[in-house]
Amino acid sequence: MTITELERKACDIRADVVTLIHKAGCGHIGGDMSEVEALVALYYKHLNCSPENESDPDRDRFVLSKGHSVETLYCILADRGYFDKAELMDTYSAYGSRFIGHPNNKIPGIEMNSGSLGHGLSVAVGMAKAGKMDGRPYRVYAVLGDGELAEGSVWEGVMAGGHFKLDNLTAFVDRNRLQISGSTEDVMAQDEQERRWAAFGWNVVSIPGNDIAAVDAAISLAKETKGKPTVIILNTTKGKGVSFMENLAVWHHKVMNDEQYETAMAELAERKAGL
Amino acid sequence: MATANKQVVCNVLMELAKEDKDIVVLCSDSRGSGSMTPFADELPGQFIEVGIAEQSLVSMAAGLANAGKKPMAVSPASFLSTRSMEQVKVDCAYSHMNVKLLGISGGVSYGALGMTHHSTTDIATIGSIPGMRVYFPSDRFQTEKLTRALMADTEPAYIRVGRNAVEDVYEEGKVPFEMDKATVIREGRDIAIIACGELVWHAMKAAEALAEKGIEATVIDMYCVKPLDREAVLKAAQTGTIITVEEHVAIGGLGSMVAQVTAAEAPCRVVNLCLPDSPVVTGNSKQVFAHYGLDAAGIEKTALELLK
Repeated sequence: MTITELERKACDIRADVVTLIHKAGCGHIGGDMSEVEALVALYYKHLNCSPENESDPDRDRFVLSKGHSVETLYCILADRGYFDKAELMDTYSAYGSRFIGHPNNKIPGIEMNSGSLGHGLSVAVGMAKAGKMDGRPYRVYAVLGDGELAEGSVWEGVMAGGHFKLDNLTAFVDRNRLQISGSTEDVMAQDEQERRWAAFGWNVVSIPGNDIAAVDAAISLAKETKGKPTVIILNTTKGKGVSFMENLAVWHHKVMNDEQYETAMAELAERKAGL
Repeated sequence: MATANKQVVCNVLMELAKEDKDIVVLCSDSRGSGSMTPFADELPGQFIEVGIAEQSLVSMAAGLANAGKKPMAVSPASFLSTRSMEQVKVDCAYSHMNVKLLGISGGVSYGALGMTHHSTTDIATIGSIPGMRVYFPSDRFQTEKLTRALMADTEPAYIRVGRNAVEDVYEEGKVPFEMDKATVIREGRDIAIIACGELVWHAMKAAEALAEKGIEATVIDMYCVKPLDREAVLKAAQTGTIITVEEHVAIGGLGSMVAQVTAAEAPCRVVNLCLPDSPVVTGNSKQVFAHYGLDAAGIEKTALELLK
């Protein structure tokens, strides 16, 4: 896909996420919206993953460590044909549904269950280490939240990724600067992530994380980087794409009323039309 | 003295790993205490040192399993069953990854090192996780059979072994073993003793002493703590009196699991010999077992009192 096509796809995914959450009456919309560019760039350009190669040992691996932002992942996987989009839209979070509020690997396309923060990076390290041991060509990607970085177990994974020089591993930090209680800097300061990861031996790229061209270029750079893993600090906007949600902690998991839903959809349509 | 159970696990893994490159051992600065140094030296390409980081030890093992490896994560049982508990829950059991967890120096093996190093709640913590299995092998021969069976299957499991070599319960070449079926060591009609791990030998010795006094005891080696062998419990219940013996606290342990079965299906008296709801007395395993009446003499004494 071209950059413009990826941008259009990001608009479509945002509209799907807004619709899914409005319909279900629940979801973590703020972090869904901030991570869209990273997931779209991965799933529509970089990941060697498809419904056809789901059990191929050489498929790329993706781990959503910030599992609460699962709605974006669901909408992308549905669009990529892993499962029926109508089933997702009709049953998400409903009684008996297989689509729950966090990633679950009973759903096609999902590698690992997550939801409890601080697990995904170390799991991704294990996947990447296995790839190195067997000389397999696959790459491993993990997306973490910035609030998640307060979990000590994250840093065990950062340490191990650097120690094992896993250049087949790329981590993303969705640095939207907000968590459920407010600003990350008020809750538990997370600034200077660049220095923190670099100190553990990682290649660090810090970019405007809602700029899909920048995300695309950073992933390409990570693929070319040898001898160390790469972290891409995505400087993003929580609630990105819907004006009344942007940069407000309350939209971590607030649900839209019907009027807000119409406004959000109109804004996203307008954005797409302008591309 | 016999070979320590943890050494047996290493020996079996080395043999299997030479034929199967997907078998991987992970340690958290625990290769020495886990008796895994020979594996690390001989098969360095299949050995991963993660440092003193029990959480990423288990998460990494799950990631390796996702990529088709057959990992055995080795760490002191005390840390593996508490520090890593959420990684066991989410990354291994819930994500359904083929990770085997070896809790070494289990129970009160670390003796005077104190409660930080004792694992007396691992049946309760690990066993309560949906999808996790818990095994407490009794001696080196059973440990070998169990290790082979576990490495041949694809489900996650936790195995607890002690630090030191223990007395043989079975004889070389005569080791009855059926996966997930308790081993009935002897049958008697007066009383039944159900034990797991190192305390099976003490249960067996207690039964021998009771036999000399004309009391016939059934002895069951419940190495498969979860899934518990329900049929074996019902068989024990036929004697009317069951003593359970475990190197574990009462809550959520072998005794409580046995009592759940008997209460529902075959009501009988179940007396649980176990560790207290407090830090244990300072001492080595032998001293601690004797202190709380878990050794052969203590089990025999309890049996005699119950049958008065």
